Amino acid sequence: MALYSEKVMDHFRNPRNVGSIENADGVGEVGNAKCGDIMKIYLKIDDDVVSDVKFETFGCGSAIASSSMATELIKGKPVSEVLTLTNKAVTEALDGLPAHKLHCSVLAEEAIQAAIEDYRSKQGRREGFDDDRRKKTRQRNSPVDCFAEGLIQWFLKHDYAVEGRRRRGRE
Amino acid sequence: MIYADNAATTKMSRKAIEAMLPYMEEVWGNPSSLYVFGQKAKDALDNARERVAACLGASAGGIYFTSGGSEADNQAILSAAKEGARKGKKHIISTAFEHHAVLHTLEKLKREGFDIELLDVHENGIVSAEQVAKAIRDDTALVTIMFANNEIGSVQPIEEIGAVCRERKVLFHTDAVQAAGHIPIDVQKQNIDMLSLSGHKFHGPKGVGVLYARKGIPLTNVIEGGAQERGKRGGTENVPAIMGMTAALEDACAHIHENTEKILKLRKRLVEGLRKIPHSVQNGDGEHFLPGTISFCFEGIEGESLLLLLDDKGICASSGSACTSGSLDPSHVLLAIGRPHEVAHGSLRLSIGENNTEEDVDQILRAVPEVVDYLRGISPLWKDKFVGKREFLLPE
Ligand SMILES: Cc1ncc(COP(=O)(O)O)c(C=O)c1O
Repeated sequence: MALYSEKVMDHFRNPRNVGSIENADGVGEVGNAKCGDIMKIYLKIDDDVVSDVKFETFGCGSAIASSSMATELIKGKPVSEVLTLTNKAVTEALDGLPAHKLHCSVLAEEAIQAAIEDYRSKQGRREGFDDDRRKKTRQRNSPVDCFAEGLIQWFLKHDYAVEGRRRRGRE
Repeated sequence: MIYADNAATTKMSRKAIEAMLPYMEEVWGNPSSLYVFGQKAKDALDNARERVAACLGASAGGIYFTSGGSEADNQAILSAAKEGARKGKKHIISTAFEHHAVLHTLEKLKREGFDIELLDVHENGIVSAEQVAKAIRDDTALVTIMFANNEIGSVQPIEEIGAVCRERKVLFHTDAVQAAGHIPIDVQKQNIDMLSLSGHKFHGPKGVGVLYARKGIPLTNVIEGGAQERGKRGGTENVPAIMGMTAALEDACAHIHENTEKILKLRKRLVEGLRKIPHSVQNGDGEHFLPGTISFCFEGIEGESLLLLLDDKGICASSGSACTSGSLDPSHVLLAIGRPHEVAHGSLRLSIGENNTEEDVDQILRAVPEVVDYLRGISPLWKDKFVGKREFLLPE
C-alpha cells in the first residue's frame, strides 16, 4: 500500500491553481518554516464570489495536495459558503490522509479562512467570521514551536476531531 | 529504478543468497540437537563465528549472533550499565547523534538513574578523543560512540577514542552498523571493547546482526531462553541468515578497497553536481566520511515532497525531514550538527553503493536540481527569501 491515496498523489503531482494573484482581494498565510509547512492562499473576489484562487505551499506531499484540493473546493463559491469549508471536507475530497498528516488539511482550511479574513478586513466588514478561530490561527502562525500542531495531530489521531474542534471553539 | 538508499538497507548479494540456501534446503536441523544432522548446523555456526571474527580482527569467542544492529546496541549498553551499576558507576558518555537503538536505550537508563552525557558532534559531525578524555569521570561506566553516522556519514576517530578509554579503563562500545563492510575494522588495533553490526547494510539478510564483546566483558541477556550463544542470547539461531550475513561480510571486507574506489568516483561527481544548487549545504565531514553516504540540505523546500517527486522519477532516496521521520521534529542528527529546523526540513540523503553506475549519477544529477527548482517555485518561503522579505540561511 502506498503512503497516500491516488487522489492525494494526483493533486501532489499535478497541483491545481498553483501560483499567485497580483493585487489579490484577500491573502492568507499560515504555518511556519520551523514546523516545515507554510501555505499561502490568494483570492480574487467578485460580488462576494471567489472568482479566482491560487496557492503557494512549502511542505510535504500532503500539504501540497491539501492546498490544491482546498482551492478546487472553493473556486467559484460565494464567500459565505467558503467560510463553512472544513479540514474534514478537504480530507474527504482527497479520499483520506494518513493520521499523522491530517494537520495539513487543517492548515489548508486555516489558510483559506485567513485569506477571507484579509478580504473582509479590506472591505471593513467582519460579519460571518469566527474571531476565535482566527485567533487560533494567529497563534499557530507564530513560530512558537510545533506544540499546537502536535496537539491538533493528537486530537485527530485519537479520533477526537469533533471534540478538538469544540475545544478550539469551532462548533 | 535507481536505488540510492543503501544506508537504509542493501540488496542481498547472490553470494549471500547462495550461502543461505543449503541451510534451508539441506542442513536445516537445530544446532542444539545432539544428532549428527543437528550438529552439522552447529558446525556451520561455529564456522561462521570464526569467519566473522576474522573480518573484525577478533576472536571467535567474542562473537554473539543477534537479531540485528538494534539488539546488539541494546545488549552492549545494558550489559555495560549493569556492570557499571554493580561497581557504583552510573555515568555514560555518548553523542547526540547516535542511532535511536542507542539513544532510546540511554533514555531508558536515564530514567533508571543513570547520568547520560551526550557530547557535541560539531557542525562536521565529528567528536574528538579529547572531548571524550575530558568527559570521562571516575564513575564512567561506558563510552558508546558510533563508528559512522547513518544520516550524514561522518566517521569518528574510533581508534583514538578507544585508546583514551583503554588508558582510563572505561568500556568502549561502538555502533558500527554503517561502517562494517565499508570501512576496515580491527577491534584490536582500534581499541574496541564492544561493537554492533547488522547483516543488511552490506548486502546480507535483514534481521541478523552481531554483537562483539571482548573476552571478559560480562554480558546481560536481552533475550532470556536456552543456552544458545553461550547462554547470552536465547532462541534457536537463525542459521540461514547467519550464513548469509557471514558470506556478505567476508565478501564486503575482501573488496573494501576496490568498492571504495568505485564509489568515491561516483560520489565525487554527485557531490560536485549537487553543490551547484544555490542555497544548499552539504552535511558531514569533508575528510572523514563513509564513501557512499551523501547528505545535503536545500533551503526553501521540504524533504518529503522532494523524495516523492524523486520516486516518481525512479530514484529511491531518503530525508531527515519531520514528515519523513513521522514525528514533529526533523532528524535529531541534523539538529545535532546545528542545522536550523527550517534547513533540516529540506534534507536529502543519497547513499550509493558499488551497484550504482555512472548513468545513475547522471540521472540523479538531472532529477534533483529539477525537483528542487520546481518545489522552490511553488514555495512561499523561497519566494519571500528571493524577494528579500526573509533572510537566506544558507549562502548562495
Ligand atoms: C547506525 C545504525 N545503528 C543501528 C541500526 C539498526 O540496525 P538493525 O536495523 O539491524 O536493527 C541502524 C540501521 O538502521 C543504523 O544505521
